[in-house]
Amino acid sequence: MKTLKLLSAALAALLFSLDVSAAGGGDYDHAPINIRDTASLQRGATMFVNYCMGCHSVKYMRWGRLGEDLALSDEEVEEFLIKGDQTVNDRMLSSMPYEQSAEWFGKAPPDLSLTARARTADWVYTYLRGYYLTDQGWNNTVLANPAMPHVLWELQGIQRPITAEVTDANGQTRTVVESLELVEPGLMTPEEYDATITDITAFMAYIAEPAALDRLAMGPWVLLFLTIFTFLAWLLYKEYWKDVKK
Amino acid sequence: MAKAASAISKNANAFGEWVDKRLPVSHFWKEHISEYYAPKNFNIMYYFGSLALLVLVNQIVTGIFLTMHYKPDAALAFGSVEYIMRDVEWGWLIRYMHSTGASAFFIVVYLHMFRALMYGSYQKPRELVWILGVLIYLTLMAEAFMGYVLPWGQMSYWGAQVIVSLFGAIPYVGDALVEWIRGDYYIADATLNRFFALHVIALPLALLALVVLHLAALHEVGSNNPDGIDIKSNKDEAGIPRDGIPFHPYYTVKDIFGVGIFLLLFAFVLFYAPTGGGYFLEKDNFAIADPLVTPEHIVPVWYFTPYYAILRAVPDKLMGVVLMGAAIFVLFLMPWLDRSKVRSIRYKGLGSKILLTVFAIGFIRLGMLGMAEGTPAETIESRVWTVIYFAFFALMPVVTSLENTRPVPERVTT
Repeated sequence: MKTLKLLSAALAALLFSLDVSAAGGGDYDHAPINIRDTASLQRGATMFVNYCMGCHSVKYMRWGRLGEDLALSDEEVEEFLIKGDQTVNDRMLSSMPYEQSAEWFGKAPPDLSLTARARTADWVYTYLRGYYLTDQGWNNTVLANPAMPHVLWELQGIQRPITAEVTDANGQTRTVVESLELVEPGLMTPEEYDATITDITAFMAYIAEPAALDRLAMGPWVLLFLTIFTFLAWLLYKEYWKDVKK
Repeated sequence: MAKAASAISKNANAFGEWVDKRLPVSHFWKEHISEYYAPKNFNIMYYFGSLALLVLVNQIVTGIFLTMHYKPDAALAFGSVEYIMRDVEWGWLIRYMHSTGASAFFIVVYLHMFRALMYGSYQKPRELVWILGVLIYLTLMAEAFMGYVLPWGQMSYWGAQVIVSLFGAIPYVGDALVEWIRGDYYIADATLNRFFALHVIALPLALLALVVLHLAALHEVGSNNPDGIDIKSNKDEAGIPRDGIPFHPYYTVKDIFGVGIFLLLFAFVLFYAPTGGGYFLEKDNFAIADPLVTPEHIVPVWYFTPYYAILRAVPDKLMGVVLMGAAIFVLFLMPWLDRSKVRSIRYKGLGSKILLTVFAIGFIRLGMLGMAEGTPAETIESRVWTVIYFAFFALMPVVTSLENTRPVPERVTT
């Protein structure tokens, strides 16, 4: 039993260290999202449909599934979320023609089904808060020279970069953005804007893995069952092994 | 009621006898389960063999269901995996059981192999048990590598690109060989299709055959134990080892308890961290394979990284490949490298204890370095641990034949 305790402590330490390293990936701000907060997902969905889906599709997601998970009826989904002539059985496709969009932007806007998984939710959160305006136009602290302009600038306002000169190991001097300063307020206060980006990020984390809602709902019951099973198996083992241990 | 029941059991017995005359069912059951005598002093390290078998069954069963919905086609594969994750009933559970199972397989197999190193389970007369085990490990690596290509994400594609190109380092035939493996001039649809065939048919068949042989060889010579004592040399009047107990029911009930603990940990990862913190499912693999965009940082999945670190530690590609291959093939020599009079680490000398501890730390450290970005400092550290990895095998004959061992007791200790 002593070795068992040691081993389980080692495993716990390993899992904990995995968790820490997953949370600390990159220099991104922590996204304070909760994908089990249905109201947050609903607000995020509204924002996403209005501001993102003009250009971006979510091709692996169906409208109907979205309604089921976000506690919306088919009628509500069709009335409030679907723009154009799609039905709840269709996939969430943008109405922007793909071939032409590549011409317009230099690069077709990527499908956003899995962005929050491929890049992490923290990346999305930092990216959407990281736009700043220079004399050359919009830029971003996370993704330099993005093809996408700052779609939410009216809400956030205009941020200007505070830069510094940095000399790297090779003696090359570069200008880096140290922080951002809000020079022209938008329709939202910074707190309201952050809360809105949190909702959009939560929604994108949800569409990247809708099954997360299923597994989080099921997990405790499976663990409870396995705990009881393991306890009974332990009793059985002790009972049989009485003969061996004497 | 009692009468009816006995009539049924009478008929059942008669049916059993009828079958037994034609197929040795009860003979097999006795020889391998109910009258297979295993040492009574197995400790926690002895759970991982049966757990490996459990994970193998998990991979096969979930794999069958995944095959029903997966499309082995470069244009459709990625989408079909997302279809499984979203639209197939319970598809997400089956897929996560399979992907988490792959990592779990290597965790239990590495612990199982470490157990063999601790207690000298490869020593005479168990050389073939060990060699068949290393063959299982090799097949498992090929199986896991090809399985990782199937979701056709960025890491699938570029991981395959890196690993397949290793064969290109072989002089003269390298390039032709790589082209033959890929079935195309680059990693493409043809590659995906053949990897699918190998992953779902050829390699699982080989794995099952090897597992049967591994167990057949084990049951021929009998199980080792933490004391490394030969329990067959001390039998009672009935010819039963005094330190042995029937596998069933004693080890079946004990292993069911082990299964419970394992499943608790497995379910915890599956339901709360199915990507294993980005180690079991890498985040780059949620982006579809793109031959034109190389990911910033190509690393294999965690279970290959110790060997990847050895590969990267060598500046010359061919030498790196040779050394990586040697790191795996040297395992086959274990039974002849260990010259000790005793099997178990418990009775070996300090030298063996130091060797094994440093080797285990080095293997984990190489795994961590194989995941890192490969800075000059990391490369130098990888070289140090690579030397230590091989030193474990090179020093073993010297240390085990020179060191003083402690006397091994007559009977097993508990």
